[in-house]
Amino acid sequence: MALSRDGSTSLFSDSPAGTLRLLMYIALAAVLMVLDHRNDWLQQARYASALVIEPVYRLAGLPSAGVEAARTAFADRSRLIEDNRRLRAALLMANARLNRMAAVDQQNQRLKRLLDVQRTLGMNAQLARVIDIDLDPFRHRIVLNAGRRQGVRPGQAVIDARGIVGQVVEALPDTSVVLLITDPSHAIPVTVARTGLRAIADGSAAGDRLELPNVPISADLRVGDQLLSSGLGGRFPAGFPVGTVTAVRPDRSGMYARAWARPAADLGRVSEVLLLHDLADPVGPPAPAPAAGPPASLKPAATAPAAPRSAGAAP
Amino acid sequence: MNRLRARRAMFWGSLLLSLLLMLVPLPVTLLPLKPYWPALVLLYWTLEAPEHVGIGLAFAVGLGADLLDGALLGEQALRLTVLVFLALRFRSRLRFFPMWQQALAVLALLLNDRVLLLAVRLFAGDPWPPATYWLAPFAGALLWPFVFLLLDDLRARLRVRDG
Repeated sequence: MALSRDGSTSLFSDSPAGTLRLLMYIALAAVLMVLDHRNDWLQQARYASALVIEPVYRLAGLPSAGVEAARTAFADRSRLIEDNRRLRAALLMANARLNRMAAVDQQNQRLKRLLDVQRTLGMNAQLARVIDIDLDPFRHRIVLNAGRRQGVRPGQAVIDARGIVGQVVEALPDTSVVLLITDPSHAIPVTVARTGLRAIADGSAAGDRLELPNVPISADLRVGDQLLSSGLGGRFPAGFPVGTVTAVRPDRSGMYARAWARPAADLGRVSEVLLLHDLADPVGPPAPAPAAGPPASLKPAATAPAAPRSAGAAP
Repeated sequence: MNRLRARRAMFWGSLLLSLLLMLVPLPVTLLPLKPYWPALVLLYWTLEAPEHVGIGLAFAVGLGADLLDGALLGEQALRLTVLVFLALRFRSRLRFFPMWQQALAVLALLLNDRVLLLAVRLFAGDPWPPATYWLAPFAGALLWPFVFLLLDDLRARLRVRDG
């Protein structure tokens, strides 16, 4: 806008040149937005300028990191002792559960060998810390301190001790951005633990909850039902807790029910997360199964070398 | 010379700080109240030093904010451009308003900015935001006098020390 240096603009100045420039900039912004929406330029630009962005993120995360450090430094003794006791108890519980799980795992392995199943649910996870910055209060995203150089790739599932947190949507060299399952643009396939009913859990604009639209009205879905990830779609591994149903109501048409759920993961205060490396299920249809029959190890020795499928069964 | 450099440092420093403040987290309950810092700082400089601020600068700051925020390239550039354009247009009147009236004007500008953001988001296919979406402009308007006085005081100090 044309402004003279001595500030002698009239009270009701209206220069057409200024308006023209405004229109030009608006058009430029609109073109940028459309192109970015189509081509994902922003991610490339962000990756290229990571050298600037990442230090800014670390800098912006400093206040809350400082608060956290101060809290630890000045926490009184009794609090620390209390914390320690609680963690010990939790560790004991976890270890006990782990021992039992080890037994179950062994049994599982044995049964699988009997069935000659090759695929295992091995879990390869990487710990990452959350950089406490806030990108946009109405988009549910968190920033992690691990990126492409640490082996993070877009699409990886992110979990914490209680359940699924979200998935990586962007990996900068040393930082990555995670879309939480409560984001309005996020959807995760779930299954109800009690009944096996399958559904899709969307995020919601209102924040800290999940929404299950279009559940059949006749479906047996109750408040308190556990939702697990179903593993359909191949993005998230199956069987991780996603949330707990808090409300079920018929929708306006009366044809479907609509349910709300509280996320299992502690999304508001999450500070450390695990990045899963292995996708439990391959994307797309499963590989053609080897021909049915008795397991290779149980086959008569004479036919085994001749049968082509015994070769196919090898990993 | 020194004075000029100090003022320039303050100008760019305040803009960078506003971008940083945009990223600094707040407790979850206060999150919807987070004011749009780059807008407030840009508004101050638009009113007080219009020879340094044009809509080109607003566009550049907006692009920087978009790059940091990672939502949609051009979104904040558009918002800040419009904001600074309106502020420049009504600058002569805004400057002589008493503080409370100025805060009301800032509220109107920030609400307009929210409407613009809503239009962009809806156009991009986002759902309708919750009611708390409209709280941030009020927080911004309430903070405006403090931002204004703080920056004004800093600027006056720089002037006194060197002058």
